[in-house]
Amino acid sequence: MPLLEVNDLNVRFGTQEGEVHAVNGVSFALERGEALGIVGESGSGKSQLSFSILGLLAANGKASGSVKFEGREILNLPEPELNKLRADRISMVFQDPMTALNPYMRISDQMAEVLMLHKGLSKRAAVAEAAQMLELVKIPDAKNRVRLFPHEFSGGMRQRVMIAMALLCKPDVLIADEPTTALDVTVQAQIMDLLGELRRELGMATVLITHDLGVVAGFCERAIVMYGGQVMEQSPVDPLFANPTHPYTKGLLAALPRLDADRAMTPIRGNPPNMTGAPKGCPFCPRCDFVEEACADVMPPLAEFAPGRARACHRSIETIEEAAA
Amino acid sequence: MVIDESKMTSLAEATSREDVAGRSLWADARRRFFNNKAAIFGLGLLAFVVAFALFGNLLAAWNNSDIDYNVMGDATASAPSFANGHYFGADDLGRDLFARTVQGTQISLLVGVIGTLIAVSVGTVYGAISGYFGGRVDGFMMRLVDILLAIPYMFVLILLLVMYGRSIGMLFVGVGLISWLEMARIVRGQTLTLKNRDYVEAARAIGVPAPTIIRRHILPNLVGVVVVFATLLVPLMILTESFISFLGLGVQEPQTSLGALISEGAGTMSYGTLWQLAFPLFFFVTTLFGFYFVGDGLRDALDPKER
Amino acid sequence: MIVYILKRLAIAIPTLLVLIIASFLLMHTAPGGPFTSERAVPPEVLANLNAKYGLDQPLWKQIATYLWNVVAHFDFGPSFSYKDRSVNDIIAQGFPVTLTYGFLSFIAAVLVGVTLGVTAAIKRNSWLDYLAVGISIGAQVLPNFVMAPILVLIFTLSLHWLPGGGWSFDDPRFWIMPVIALSTSYMASIARITRSSMLETLSSNHIRTARAKGLPKRKIIMRHALKPALLPVISYLGPAFVSMITGSVIVDVYFTTGGIGKSFVDSALNRDYAVMMGITILLGTLTILFNLVVDIVYGWIDPKIRY
Repeated sequence: MPLLEVNDLNVRFGTQEGEVHAVNGVSFALERGEALGIVGESGSGKSQLSFSILGLLAANGKASGSVKFEGREILNLPEPELNKLRADRISMVFQDPMTALNPYMRISDQMAEVLMLHKGLSKRAAVAEAAQMLELVKIPDAKNRVRLFPHEFSGGMRQRVMIAMALLCKPDVLIADEPTTALDVTVQAQIMDLLGELRRELGMATVLITHDLGVVAGFCERAIVMYGGQVMEQSPVDPLFANPTHPYTKGLLAALPRLDADRAMTPIRGNPPNMTGAPKGCPFCPRCDFVEEACADVMPPLAEFAPGRARACHRSIETIEEAAA
Repeated sequence: MVIDESKMTSLAEATSREDVAGRSLWADARRRFFNNKAAIFGLGLLAFVVAFALFGNLLAAWNNSDIDYNVMGDATASAPSFANGHYFGADDLGRDLFARTVQGTQISLLVGVIGTLIAVSVGTVYGAISGYFGGRVDGFMMRLVDILLAIPYMFVLILLLVMYGRSIGMLFVGVGLISWLEMARIVRGQTLTLKNRDYVEAARAIGVPAPTIIRRHILPNLVGVVVVFATLLVPLMILTESFISFLGLGVQEPQTSLGALISEGAGTMSYGTLWQLAFPLFFFVTTLFGFYFVGDGLRDALDPKER
Repeated sequence: MIVYILKRLAIAIPTLLVLIIASFLLMHTAPGGPFTSERAVPPEVLANLNAKYGLDQPLWKQIATYLWNVVAHFDFGPSFSYKDRSVNDIIAQGFPVTLTYGFLSFIAAVLVGVTLGVTAAIKRNSWLDYLAVGISIGAQVLPNFVMAPILVLIFTLSLHWLPGGGWSFDDPRFWIMPVIALSTSYMASIARITRSSMLETLSSNHIRTARAKGLPKRKIIMRHALKPALLPVISYLGPAFVSMITGSVIVDVYFTTGGIGKSFVDSALNRDYAVMMGITILLGTLTILFNLVVDIVYGWIDPKIRY
């Protein structure tokens, strides 16, 4: 039994302009200790997907489908039930460390409340453990700095605090939503190294949500490529990068700047799709180089074509690989 | 009854973000405004009140200063009646309340609009200068605003009215000078942001003089916030004037304003002449609602946020 | 924190001095004032004035004397119209009344307003939310001078439940209408501001973090949302306080509570500048002190501006 099993998950938002279909029929499974990457550009629904797992959608958001944790259905559980899982079993690191921490509370209070809630520690013990956790994420002088306010930390340090806070209860699953996007490039690498180290140390399963293929390549064993709220391709990381089988994945890889080859990077033409209204056909078809008639009307099913690899495209793998050559 | 400054600041930011500036901002805002039922309703109320103030006298059977001796001092005879031409009844001196209400509405609207114009122009110019020049000038000018904000203005205004005579001109100016401080603060904050924009720095680099930069690059970006502020300020000005007139320190006879009429009506209501309170109050409330709804609608149209 | 408080004090004290000196100069130059000897002042009053201000002394010395009297002795000098009463006597008589219902009104406005706003935000789009929004929109057009007659109409003239005016420190029935009349519109504004800022806070990132921690909803509101949501309310309290002080004049006049507002209006009508100055300075001081407290509370909540 997988640790976390997502089946046909849909997320909708009611807005004045109409219903936004942010996530459409996404399924995946996460094994204990595994690192899974979810890749997509902004607006592909990957963040909302992660919020919906823990019931953190905004008030106008609705999730349907199934999310099973250790075989138990947890999607749309009543709030008190979800609260037992949050931070304790499944933890989250958010994108923007500048705003994700409460600016009006000391770090010590923000971290201690997690331990006091889930582990029943006293305030003093909780603060001590929080300081230890800050040391683990390599914040110098953690004992004293735990008393500071978030604005007294730099962006990278704040993200370390965020990570330390998420790891306090040694969760089984860590969901990291673009943990490095808001940070400087040099700091990004440090944070990713830190996450990888902690993951091995604590044996957590990790879902890494990112738009950065490089980060996925370095961190994850398996990856899901999302576009327009749907899964385009799913595969272990190495073959995904070596032989992308979906036009979108291919486009993403071609858009990466490279040092080793002297070819220019090719951006994907066009703009991300408008997610208002029910999706029809493949969301990528207006931007796809391989588009054919069926694409506009019918969304191809996500079909397994090799062990552990699946793709959702009408065109054959050969067509796409030929174009690469 | 104070304009929420944080909302105004948020609006100022929304209307001068680089990505939304330009035509689409106003086109989108117009669409949102006309989709807002409360704003349209407010617009209707305002149209009604303005029409009443402008053309009410054409309908009035009596002049606002004539005394009808048939109804004077008689609580029952001065009740509203179409038969004797007192549609809104008469006041306790026997004057036609309809004509008096038209006159009061005129004066209240006038005080509101002129006071607002004064407040907005002084505040905008002051704030733009302070923000644009920055540094020590800004420090001094804003410190002055801080000091003035801590003074209970209504008292000073009453003091001035008492000392220098209760003319209606003094009232216009005095009411207007009360509220330029908030405007100055908002405009200054916005100017500080705007002046660091590339196009303003470029203009400065090629030697465009400061007044031209302020006029060409700063002020146009402030139009949204100024318009909304002004719309929300008019009812505050009307309230201020009515407040002073209610105390008998504002508009003097034979002139009148809605505040003065409400004061008279409140003074006589124990004799059962409720219409003397009800009609002025109705126009007062309608006017305020109209401006609030339109002002809120404009703000939400220019700064569409979930509220 | 101490540096921050000292900085605030460094603004408050000069403000106070400016207020006092400006008041004195205004009084000095006022046409028809006792210093210009245009008006026949009773000889006893003139003698009092002479003794107090040393009218034969140069102006700066007079200012220094007045300032010293006010700052060191809280002594506002003799009244211009009563020969045997000083400004201090008049204030001592009315101020406790105004302070009592003013304090109650302020507490009522904040407590009810914040509770209403928070509840409306949490139970968004429920009947409670609509009720709160409805009340706060309606109350915007019901300033104190409109509320006062309406309350009297309902509770005194129709229901005969409450006395229509007067004051007693022992009988709370005299307090009810002044408090409602004074607090309603501020309560409404506070509810509106609280609701919208609470909604904005609840949709902010750090609240999502708090939810991801598994905290129960009540804890999220109390520990994480309330503080930031109250910041705009706290900055509104300063202007609201000034406005409420001003409103107390209406309450004192309309409900004949014997508070200092009535003394202010009477002295305005009598051109008793000494009393007007005294009251203006007193209320100005109160405002400045209050703003100081607001700033300190703000700094206590928001760690970013504390240093």
